[in-house]
Amino acid sequence: MSNLTFMPVLWPLFTGIFLIFFAKKIKLQRGISLFSSLIGIAISLYLVLTVHKQGILTLGVGSWDAPFGIVIVADMLSSLLVLTTNIIGFAILIYSFYSIGEERERHYYYPVFQFLLIGVNGAFLTGDLFNLFVFFEVMLMASYVLLVLGGTKIQLRESLKYIIVNVLSSSFFVIMVAYLYSVLGTLNMAHISQRIAEVNQPGIISVIAIGFLIVFGLKGAIFPLFQWLPGSYYAPPIPVMALFGALLTKVGIYSIFRTYTLLFYHDQDFTHTFLAVLAILTIIIGVIGAIAYWDVKKIIIYNIIIAVGVIIFGISVMNEQALSGSILYIIHDMLIKGALFLLVGIMIKISGTDDLRDMGGLIKQYPVLAWTFFIAAISLAGIPPFSGFAGKLLILQGAAESGAYFGMAVVLLSSLMVLYSVMKIFMNGFWGTSKIDYVLPNKTVNKMLVPAVLLVIISVLFGVGTESIYPFITQAVDTLMNPDIYIKAVLKE
Amino acid sequence: MELLMAIVIGILFMCATYLMLSKSILRIIIGTGLLSHGAHLLILTMGGLKGGSVPLLSNKAASYVDPLPQALILTAIVISFGVTSFLLVLAYRTYQELGTDDMEEMRGTKANE
Repeated sequence: MSNLTFMPVLWPLFTGIFLIFFAKKIKLQRGISLFSSLIGIAISLYLVLTVHKQGILTLGVGSWDAPFGIVIVADMLSSLLVLTTNIIGFAILIYSFYSIGEERERHYYYPVFQFLLIGVNGAFLTGDLFNLFVFFEVMLMASYVLLVLGGTKIQLRESLKYIIVNVLSSSFFVIMVAYLYSVLGTLNMAHISQRIAEVNQPGIISVIAIGFLIVFGLKGAIFPLFQWLPGSYYAPPIPVMALFGALLTKVGIYSIFRTYTLLFYHDQDFTHTFLAVLAILTIIIGVIGAIAYWDVKKIIIYNIIIAVGVIIFGISVMNEQALSGSILYIIHDMLIKGALFLLVGIMIKISGTDDLRDMGGLIKQYPVLAWTFFIAAISLAGIPPFSGFAGKLLILQGAAESGAYFGMAVVLLSSLMVLYSVMKIFMNGFWGTSKIDYVLPNKTVNKMLVPAVLLVIISVLFGVGTESIYPFITQAVDTLMNPDIYIKAVLKE
Repeated sequence: MELLMAIVIGILFMCATYLMLSKSILRIIIGTGLLSHGAHLLILTMGGLKGGSVPLLSNKAASYVDPLPQALILTAIVISFGVTSFLLVLAYRTYQELGTDDMEEMRGTKANE
């Protein structure tokens, strides 16, 4: 029964391996992926409920107890993120059926899709630092293939840059693991945390903390390390872009969550102030990008960077409100970014261009698309009944409590600019008069709309029902605020 | 011994950084190769270089070298091997499609898409 903890990783692994055997039978591939994706959601939902009932679940792989074996740890934060990942995977999978094209589907698109899910779920669930590195590589390798699959010129060019940046950051990860191992002599996260607490974080540990921030910042696109993101995310087809935008950067943020609450929390004056400054700069850069462009894809891509900044700011404040705000916001942001990329993809498919200045008047022919986009846009900005509100409110409350007023002001102003950037899409794309002939409503467009509407509905429910989800969030925050709970669950003292 | 290794690894990182900042793709890939060599040697060094038998129980020695870093290096080597081969094939395809190996010429201009 305790194997449940590892099922979100094993299930897509089996599916992915199975799918490789029938690469040319597209109908079968779609059927199996869809079925597997539904089971995946069921498994992760069950995992969330079990963790809620029983507390943190741990699984020592091969019955070797921590710290000697690899431990899989499902606490509330991990299992909530795994559930969100599976829901987004499901929606993007359905979207892929209608938009990715047969040529790509025949060349192992669905197996690689499953391998990406393995990497992401594994990174959320592992309790071992080197194992985290391995799951990062699984995720990145799948993302390289998805990014370049199809082989157009822009994809080849941007894949080269993306891979070189990630090879660099992976080497840096290995280097930091080596340093940490030489100081503490262990790789299990709970054991590392315990040993850091014993030596009370001397200077060398703070240096390693900043090193890990550089590694995870490269994956998660924080301020000085974000330059690879706008180009790389611009290149792949829309479903892949949605998958990257919703999941990949969030794994980096989750790792910052984990390391900065579980391992390196003893010298907050230094590490967390550093984090706060970078977060504020990230928000500012993201805002500048989001309002500068007239390209719909670019606007949403820079909105990813803004959200990364907001979540990291919540982590840097490091009190109960801000952390629960960050958790609410990361889940909201995964859902809504997935939805926005899918919606923007439909706009581009209909109008044949991604330049806002050439669009206009879409609302006459596509009212459902328009109003879904409108709801997604105001959720993104954080208008009260919708999902972005509660997270940001709690982050702001937390910041006010600890006196980080400047950061508070930046987050508030950034919401305004986010609203401006997405309303720019809405007003220029959907209102006014049409400047080009659009593809008239047809079956494919309607079917593509289904997963996007599904994601928006889930995120609206998430916003309206924050009250009923809140016990889960509190449980996640408890573990983050008191690392002892985590350590006790893993080391079983 | 560790000091010597640290200096050598530092030189490897220096060469890797220099190569990765150059224009040609192949030089960059050679740079990533040197970077992963440096990282792997660093794990070995940081695990400690004190004398001891190879980690085989049949040797029945009084002390063994630390087996964990060796397992980590083995994992990291095959991963970087996979990534490097992918990167090399990608560079080859890019050269075929774009007709250049100069990173400076791979800009996001309309003509290049």
